[in-house]
Amino acid sequence: MHWIVEPGFFTSGPVHTALVLSAAAAVLSAVVGVFTVVRGQSFAGHALTDVSAAGGSGALLAGVDPVVGFVGFGIFAAGVMDLVGVRRLRGRDLATGVVLGGATGLTALILYLDTTSRATTGATQQILFGSIFTVSQSTVPVAAGLSVATLAVVAALYRPLLLSTLSTDIARARGVPDRFVGMVFLGALSVAVGLSALTIGSILSTALLVGPAAAALRITGRMGRSVATASALGVGSSWLGILLAYDSYYWGSAHRGYPVSFCIVVVVFAVYLASGRVERIRRRRGPVRSAGV
Amino acid sequence: MFSGFMVDTWTVATIAAVIAGAVGFFVVMRGSAFPAHAIPNGAFAGAAAANVLGVNELLGLAVCAVGAALGIAALGRRARHDVATALALVVMLAAGTFFLSRSTQYEAQLYALLFGEVLGAGSSQVFAVGGLGVACAVAVAFLYRPLLLSSVVPEMGAARGVRAARMEAAFLGVLALATALTVPVVGALLIFSLMIGPPAAARAVAGRPSAAMALSVALALITVWAAIALSYVTNWPIGFFVGSLAALCYGLGRAASSLARP
Repeated sequence: MHWIVEPGFFTSGPVHTALVLSAAAAVLSAVVGVFTVVRGQSFAGHALTDVSAAGGSGALLAGVDPVVGFVGFGIFAAGVMDLVGVRRLRGRDLATGVVLGGATGLTALILYLDTTSRATTGATQQILFGSIFTVSQSTVPVAAGLSVATLAVVAALYRPLLLSTLSTDIARARGVPDRFVGMVFLGALSVAVGLSALTIGSILSTALLVGPAAAALRITGRMGRSVATASALGVGSSWLGILLAYDSYYWGSAHRGYPVSFCIVVVVFAVYLASGRVERIRRRRGPVRSAGV
Repeated sequence: MFSGFMVDTWTVATIAAVIAGAVGFFVVMRGSAFPAHAIPNGAFAGAAAANVLGVNELLGLAVCAVGAALGIAALGRRARHDVATALALVVMLAAGTFFLSRSTQYEAQLYALLFGEVLGAGSSQVFAVGGLGVACAVAVAFLYRPLLLSSVVPEMGAARGVRAARMEAAFLGVLALATALTVPVVGALLIFSLMIGPPAAARAVAGRPSAAMALSVALALITVWAAIALSYVTNWPIGFFVGSLAALCYGLGRAASSLARP
C-alpha cells in the first residue's frame, strides 16, 4: 500500500479539504465543459478563467474570501462578453481576446498591489496556479453549495440548452429563448471556472473545463453519457493528481513536492491523449455516432 | 528615463512592438486570437526551463515557442482546433510552473515572465533580439502576399497554388519567433493583447491591407512606448498599461469605424 499512497494521505485535514473541493469543482466543470466544447466556446471559457483571476486577486487585496472574488467577477465578465458580442461568430474571438487582455492587465496591477501593499508573498502563485492544500476548511461548504446549485440550474435547463447548442435554428423554431439560455450558460460557466480556479489556479482551470469533456466526447457519442463520463474522468484525474502531488514530496531526497496543479494538468492531458486511442478502436469496430469533436 | 540602462529597454521594446504590430495584423486577418494567446505560454515554459537549466533565456524562449506552435498544429490535425489549443496552452503553463518550482527565486520570476518587466531585457540581449527581429521582418515580407491571399480568400489562394496547411505552419512559426522577442518585455500573458488591440483598430479604420499594416505597427509602437513611460513614472507593472492601452485602441477603432459607416 505504501508503494502507492505515502503515509498520512487519508488522515491529513488539508488533503480531505482538497479532495472534496476538487470533486465539487471537477464535476461542475466537466458538465459545463461538455456544452462548452460542443458549442465551440473553449476560448470564451479560457478567457473567463483569466478574468476571474482579476477577481481572485482583488479579493485577496480586499481581504474577503477568494471564492467570492473568483465567482463574482467571472459572472460580471460573462455579462460584459455577452454585451461586446461573444455570441456573434464573426469577430467573436477578437472581442473575447480584447476583454481577456484588458482583464489580464488588471490582474497584473492588482497582484502588484497585493505584493507591495499587503506584503502577501506568493500571491501570483496562489491566484494563477492555485494552492489547494492551503484552502481553508470554511470555504468547502460555500464551494459545494455553489456547485450543487449551478448543477441544478444546468439540469433544469438541460433540454433547451442541448437544443440551442446543437441547432440554434431548431431551438428558435421550438420557441426556446436562445439569448436567455446563452446567458444562463455563460453564468454557469463562470461559476465552474471560479470554483476550479480555487482548485488548480485560475489560468489552469481551462484544463478541468476542456480536458475531461473533450476526452468524454471522444469516448462516447451521446451527450448524456458524455456528461457522466466527463464528470467521472474529471474527478478521477484531479484526485489522482492530488495523490501524485502528495506522494511526490517523498520522491528523491530534496523533499520538494511537485505543484498540485501541474500534477492534475498532466493527468488530464494524459487522459485526453488516451481517449484518442479509445476513439480509434471504437471506429475500427464499426460506424459510430459522434458529437463532432 | 532615457539614460543608461533604459536605452536597451527602449531598443528591445521598439523592435518587439514593430514585429508584434506586423505579425498581429495577420493574427487579426486570420482570426487566430487563440493560438496567439497560447504560443506565448509555451515560451513562458521555455524561459522557465532555461532559468533552471542555466542556458540562455532567449534560446529557451525561441525553442519552446516554436515547439508550442508545432504541437498545436499537430494536435489540431486530429481534434477540433480550439480544444487542441486550449489543452496545449494549459499543459505548457503547467510545465512552466513546474520548472519554476524547481528554481529558487520563484515568485518574482514568475511575475516578470507572465506580466512583463520594464528591465526584462538586458544589454546582452540587444543583438540577439535585433537578429531575431530582422529574421522575423524578412519572413513577414517574404510571406506577405501568399499569407494575405490565403488569409482573406483561402479558395483563391488554393487556386493560385498557395497551400493552406503550409501557410498555417509558416504563420505559426513566425508567430512563435515574434513571441520569443516580446515575452521578456511585455510578458507571456499580455503579448497577444499587443497583437490584437492595435491591428484590430487599424483594420477597422484603414481600407487597404498595406495601410492597415503600417497603422497597426504605428499603434503598437505608441502603445508600448506609452506603457514603458507610464510604468517608469508610476512604478506600476508594464503589463497593466499594455493590456488597457490595447483595449483602448480596439474600442477607439470600433467607435471610429461605426462613426464612418453609420
